[in-house]
Amino acid sequence: MKTRTSILLGSLSAALVALALTSPRVVAADKVDPVADAKAFQNFFFQKFPNVKHEDFVNGPYSMNEDMKRQWQEKEEFPPYEFALDAGKEMFATPFKNGKTYADCFPNGGIGIRQNYPYFDEREGKVVTLELALNRCREANGEAPYSYVKDEMASLTAYMAFTSRGKPMDIKIPDDPRALAAFENGKRYFYTRRGQMNFSCAGCHVQSPGERIRAETLAPALGILNAMPIYRSEWSGMGTTSRRFVTCNSQTRAVPLEPQADEYRDVEYFLSYVANGLPISGPGARP
Amino acid sequence: MASSIRVRATANGDITEVQALIQHPMDTGFVKDAKGELIPAHYIQQLKFECNGKDVFVADWGTAVSKDPYVKFSFKGAKKGDDLKVSWTDNKGASDTTTAKIS
Repeated sequence: MKTRTSILLGSLSAALVALALTSPRVVAADKVDPVADAKAFQNFFFQKFPNVKHEDFVNGPYSMNEDMKRQWQEKEEFPPYEFALDAGKEMFATPFKNGKTYADCFPNGGIGIRQNYPYFDEREGKVVTLELALNRCREANGEAPYSYVKDEMASLTAYMAFTSRGKPMDIKIPDDPRALAAFENGKRYFYTRRGQMNFSCAGCHVQSPGERIRAETLAPALGILNAMPIYRSEWSGMGTTSRRFVTCNSQTRAVPLEPQADEYRDVEYFLSYVANGLPISGPGARP
Repeated sequence: MASSIRVRATANGDITEVQALIQHPMDTGFVKDAKGELIPAHYIQQLKFECNGKDVFVADWGTAVSKDPYVKFSFKGAKKGDDLKVSWTDNKGASDTTTAKIS
């Protein structure tokens, strides 16, 4: 009995030593490396589409198809998001009942800051999107929150994006394991297949940009959020990033999450980070 | 409230090119809302562009025109600085008017 125990102990400690020896290597291979991920992500698109200018990826399907691009450029002379933009500008300047404005809630008065959203809030330990920050601003000032998907929210973000046009996306990942975990979680969501049709986000927007899915031309995932919010002719109205995620999920017959669910915030964080350096082009117009 | 009409008119020689965007729901009367109730028809019946006291473009519309309609056309006989008056009336009796200078 005694010998058996010691043999057992001996093999256990040997196993522990072996584990201790191999584990640093395992950790290194699994380490979350957003910088390398972003580089690999961007290079994939640059190599797949060598003729597309890098800053043109933010124009979605129009970067993939010359004919669509010409039609869009004509449309941009009189863009369909113009009413939303004007409404957003007016809303942004109108004070709340307590006399404060949106400008009081944001750095630089909310002007030209779209490229810094979403950001990782180290106090909360979660990703905070622009829509979330806007509704928190409303609630902090005693106003009812807006719907996350369209109308007022889309108008406000349209105006904020417009004041940031051309500025390169600049998402930071702080040195915080929770921020890296959020990035990794977003990445996982992006590449995971789901729904009755077994689609992942990547299946369409990484493997097949420029291809058609029914009548639509698929947009590249690189820079896809730089154009948000968008006027979609299919919706005959404006929609936010949340609306896009929800409809993407339901079109592939997956169960959509609640707008601004943790996974959506993480996938927005991931997609925005890998588009760092590409210009903000929102508000956009899409077929 | 801001005007429901956006218009831009540019003269190039004898030809004036006009683009207009109008904010209007253009409900057909066949669509149901979230509660399952029909949204009553609400659409622009007439859209009119006038220049120097003359109608240059008159459209009699029905429900088949899209929401927030966009119109583009060109006409002869106006010059830079002339006024272009745009007006619409809908089936509920509402209307809006705006005047733009041809540039």
